[in-house]
Amino acid sequence: MFMAGETVRVKNEWPETSGPVHIRTPHYVRGVVGQVVRRLGEFPNPEDLAFARPAERKPLYHVRFRKGAIWAEANPDDELLIEIFGHWLERP
Amino acid sequence: MDKEVLRAHHDLGGAAKFMCEPVDTAPHGLTAFDREVDALRQMLAARTLMSVDELRRGIEAIPEAEYHRLSYYQRWIRSITEHLLRQGVITETELQAALGSA
Repeated sequence: MFMAGETVRVKNEWPETSGPVHIRTPHYVRGVVGQVVRRLGEFPNPEDLAFARPAERKPLYHVRFRKGAIWAEANPDDELLIEIFGHWLERP
Repeated sequence: MDKEVLRAHHDLGGAAKFMCEPVDTAPHGLTAFDREVDALRQMLAARTLMSVDELRRGIEAIPEAEYHRLSYYQRWIRSITEHLLRQGVITETELQAALGSA
């Protein structure tokens, strides 16, 4: 469970390199540090739904990143707000 | 770490090679084919034969060259067809017969 305002890092994991998966965490935020804005609720895990497996409900968060932390050419003060499941987040 | 190498081919957002091409912002309406595929997907969902997550997984499994060649709804029908064949909802024979009579 993460709280609003908490600093988090998206796990730098690449399950797509080791077999068929369905993941909704874009490649460009993996390993990047951001800040939890709010908890959006709990939703059945799409990683399981995609394979018609029983899907545990997982917390989903709005996480904010500085664009400069993701893309070197971005305006560093611009922000990216994105929905990420809690099991993809860790404390840096 | 070279993320360009690790990302799956469908994971296009933020990929440098697509940031250098102009975005086509011209309005483009749906074709009859597009509408039919969309309706089919909604019907399959209503009958719990295929979820949107299964649709997405099937789209992401399309080989890279084909993925980039197909239109948005062509990817959908490709994913739907694979799924229905795999689940045994339709057979290859039925599919070929339907395509032959189209």
